[in-house]
Amino acid sequence: MVAVKETVEQVKTLDVDQYKYGFSTDLEVDKAPKGLSEDIVRFISAKKGEPEWMLEWRLDAYKRWLTMTEPTWARVHYPQIDFNESYYYAAPKLNAAPKTLDEVDPAILDAYKKLGIPLREQEILAGVTTSKVAVDAVFDSVSVVTTFKEELKKAGVIFCSISEAIKEHPELVRKYLGTVVPVTDNYYATLNCAVFTDGSFVYIPEGVRCPMELSTYFRINEKNTGQFERTLIIAEKGSYVSYLEGCTAPQRDENQLHAAVVELVTMDDAEIKYSTVQNWYPGDADGKGGIYNFVTKRGDCRGANSKISWTQVETGSAITWKYPSCILRGDNSRGEFYSIAVSNGMQQVDSGTKMIHLGKNTTSRIISKGISAGRSQNTYRGQVSAHRKASNARNFTNCDSLLIGEQCGAHTVPYLESKNASAVFEHEATTSKISEEQMFYCRQRGLSAEEATALIVNGFVKDVLQQLPMEFAVEAQKLISISLEGSVG
Amino acid sequence: MLEIRNLHVAIEDGSKKILNGLDLTIHNGEVAAIMGPNGSGKSTLSYVIAGKPDYEILDGEILLDGENLLDMEPDARAAAGVFLAFQYPLEIPGVATMTFLKAAMNAQSRARGEGELKTPDFMRRVKVGAEKLGIPQEMLRRGLNVGFSGGEKKRMEILQMALLEPSIAILDETDSGLDIDALKIVSEGVNALRSADRSFLVITHYQRLLNYIVPDTVHVMSKGRIVKTGGKELALELEANGYADYVSDVAA
Amino acid sequence: MASVTPLKTSAELALIAQGASVPALRQPAFERFAAAGLPHRRIEAYHYTDLRALLKDAPPLAKAGAAVSSVSVLDELDAFVVTVVDGQPTWAKGDAVAGVSISLKGDAADDGLAADSVFPKDGDPIVALNAAFVDQTLHLSVADGAQIDKPVHLRFVTTGAVSAYARVVVEIADGAKLTLIETHESATGALANSVVEAVVGDDAHFDHMRINLVDPQATLLTTFGGRMGARSTVTSGNFVTGSALSRHQVFLRFEGEGSNATISGASLLKDRQHVDTTLVVDHAVPECVSREHFAHVLDGEATGVFQGKIIVRPHAQQTDGKMMSRAVLLADGATMNNKPELEIFADDVQCGHGATVGALDDDLLFYLRARGLPKAEAEALMLQAFVGEALEMIPHEGVREMLEAMTETWLKARG
Repeated sequence: MVAVKETVEQVKTLDVDQYKYGFSTDLEVDKAPKGLSEDIVRFISAKKGEPEWMLEWRLDAYKRWLTMTEPTWARVHYPQIDFNESYYYAAPKLNAAPKTLDEVDPAILDAYKKLGIPLREQEILAGVTTSKVAVDAVFDSVSVVTTFKEELKKAGVIFCSISEAIKEHPELVRKYLGTVVPVTDNYYATLNCAVFTDGSFVYIPEGVRCPMELSTYFRINEKNTGQFERTLIIAEKGSYVSYLEGCTAPQRDENQLHAAVVELVTMDDAEIKYSTVQNWYPGDADGKGGIYNFVTKRGDCRGANSKISWTQVETGSAITWKYPSCILRGDNSRGEFYSIAVSNGMQQVDSGTKMIHLGKNTTSRIISKGISAGRSQNTYRGQVSAHRKASNARNFTNCDSLLIGEQCGAHTVPYLESKNASAVFEHEATTSKISEEQMFYCRQRGLSAEEATALIVNGFVKDVLQQLPMEFAVEAQKLISISLEGSVG
Repeated sequence: MLEIRNLHVAIEDGSKKILNGLDLTIHNGEVAAIMGPNGSGKSTLSYVIAGKPDYEILDGEILLDGENLLDMEPDARAAAGVFLAFQYPLEIPGVATMTFLKAAMNAQSRARGEGELKTPDFMRRVKVGAEKLGIPQEMLRRGLNVGFSGGEKKRMEILQMALLEPSIAILDETDSGLDIDALKIVSEGVNALRSADRSFLVITHYQRLLNYIVPDTVHVMSKGRIVKTGGKELALELEANGYADYVSDVAA
Repeated sequence: MASVTPLKTSAELALIAQGASVPALRQPAFERFAAAGLPHRRIEAYHYTDLRALLKDAPPLAKAGAAVSSVSVLDELDAFVVTVVDGQPTWAKGDAVAGVSISLKGDAADDGLAADSVFPKDGDPIVALNAAFVDQTLHLSVADGAQIDKPVHLRFVTTGAVSAYARVVVEIADGAKLTLIETHESATGALANSVVEAVVGDDAHFDHMRINLVDPQATLLTTFGGRMGARSTVTSGNFVTGSALSRHQVFLRFEGEGSNATISGASLLKDRQHVDTTLVVDHAVPECVSREHFAHVLDGEATGVFQGKIIVRPHAQQTDGKMMSRAVLLADGATMNNKPELEIFADDVQCGHGATVGALDDDLLFYLRARGLPKAEAEALMLQAFVGEALEMIPHEGVREMLEAMTETWLKARG
């Protein structure tokens, strides 16, 4: 209720250009030379002070990447990317390796404050936010701070930047890195293997329920800089963690590449709930600028009875190419994918999931809500497959698309593949617009066209919003309305 | 005061003319009933007053307290005091009834330049209103009208009317699909809202509703015009003799 | 980024050798095919039917002249029969149906390049091969307003382990009506490729059916392309029990407002059959309705493929398109690949699709068995109903009843 009021407020007060995270922060930065080469890969590894094995892994990936080609099957169009026109490493210079929050460059703290991300534990404890959330703040190529580390450590939970994990917990990183998304999985994932700079590492030991929500907040600040984040989350037997990620970037005229890889592993009876609110800069109304968000996210339900649940709210980026997936390897394991993808202006979205049923009695559920407005193109692409041994596999998929205006497109491309006679898959999809009758009813009660649209859209996406942790749901609801600003009337 | 003068209306594509020079005045505090055979244009009249976009106004005007409604968007008309209780209320999946009620009340008070309701006040008002109409709290948490029975939807319309406090309330065939108990509850709800500064336009096909909501004036509509105006006894006459006289009168 | 030139498969080599004899008129189509070669899984439209891997060989081109039995499965229908033997059409010249004119022409065949072509602009390899190797095109024209009650039966017969290509162009003038039934029979080892193009006029009505009864060791590639005028009606059905490898493609485009199309199909597959149904329904204009329903029953190690795309072009408002694909797997060796697709560029539409893959409903099966039906019989009954949902959409009663009987026979043979 409160959220609707706020949504409506937001819609009312905002101008045509609604992206409110478009500011940039002036900092002295330590940058790699422009372009991509073996030397750059070595440069990044050296900057991170990585062990030899990590460098070898990167170099191997780089060599393989050189032999690969960009995928073309998605419904997205963009000019050829010149990978030598980007910077692959940019880190704030001041206090390059802060030990405590007080050592972090105040300009960065100020940026996070503007973004509404609480970094000071005492503020969080003092009730600035409603519940405790530990944050790893990644600014361009480096993690600047991770909060509540000590408290988490007491519970046995490791939550740190991936750079730190490579040095402090090499045995864990080596055991799991690249085992869910293989090095040569796809063009962008392989590029990420070569040049990833930072990201988060989470390890939840056996039987532990993580005592608070974990989150990573990604911020691209530097111009012409790609962000290549790498996240690895391992949930041992019987453990549970809820992890959230958010992302924003300044408003700039050129396109910037964000190619992330996220790997999740759940052992027997473990569960990972992974939520994303993606709000990268989407470009202006004419399609100038914006982030190319080419992301590979995959979870491996390695253990029996394990569960991985992806929830995403995608409102930003010029192009989104993203398919958070589940490999349902363990018997009785479960995968979920809940998605809201909003596109407006000239945005292009090609997003969905893969549910790969390998084990017996595995189940999956896909709920996708796409909303297209402006001149955007919004595609759901999803694959559900049952392999020979996936007896009694079950999937239910529901994809609904809503069109606002007659210049946008909504597309649905599901792939259902079954090789097992006892597997049952059900898929349904609909595409429609907000009915005139509903609009008139709302307006007769006094709501403006924009308020009515916001309300009906919020109803349309409710099933997915409910999957988000409370604070995020409110934030996401606001974001959806803001993203649709200017699409009515 | 609602004044309708020489109103001519066609369906938007111009294919069919529905209202043919309709005149009607409803004074403050008056309960006016419009009766007429199917297809006489009763529902169209209610939609045109509320501003449904599917119609083309060929001529005439509709004034609410001297302001021309025809120049206004549907939400502006609502804020000006027009409330339409729909014959077939719409379902809005995923939007809890409570959420919808609050959004509508706040939108209207904002449009009128009044402050928004405080949550406890809002909750109290909804609770009191819902109890009077026998609407369980559980229904208020469900999606608006989703899965409601015909009677539940009508009661929800009356609850909205009570909360939005319109100056002119139009009831479009509110009695259709109601059993006698539901009809009584709905009528009591309406009667409770009767006041010196609120008028009603009750559209119905049958006289039955007017036993419960007793009108000050009764207007007979046929072929897009008001063809006879009288007191509440006119409704009884219609019940006894049917519409045949009026239909043929106009045709002649 | 080394670009790999794939080795030609033996089928490709055979096809290219055969291309040497193609007349000049058909060279462009052949060259188009030769440039791309056979499609493989990286080509999205052939993702599930990798012809490079599945098409083992291309048998020699048929020489005309073999005699065939005059008895066909449709004899009971009292249809006018055009027999297409190894790609060569023949018909009883004397008693052609009034209102229908039939002729053979040696004209060029459309392979997607014609300005108003309904076939994929970027070229479909099956259509391109057809355009390259077809000898003469059979033209069937129905006169303005002619209501042809007698069905026309196109009986395609391939008599040996040869490749046969046939092209049929059907023109149904404004207000006319025609029923066209294709049956396909082939000998072991045959490769048959036929394309039927239909131009359906304003207010015209066209009922089309394709029945695949070819030998379980034969390959059948068929394409139906339809262009629809205003307020026209088209139904197109597909029924498959035959062939080792088969693909049936439907490309249908609404070109006039207020039209209605119903496309349906049933495939009953066993052993190692691989059968693909691919359709594209293109709503290029407003206010048209399309309905699609496909059923697959898969036994043994059979593979079923369904790809169905509904396109709604910009401004094609008030489109109503609904597609359903359902599959039942009867054995663990069977595979179903299902890709229903919506591509929508107009907002005021009601479009949807559904797809299910699964086994027979255990509860229902139990219910029937509790009423005394043996398992096999109960399954057959449920499968008959399952297939019936698709067959129901076929308007011609005689054809529908015949296909119901064939379904029953197929289910009985399963045991």
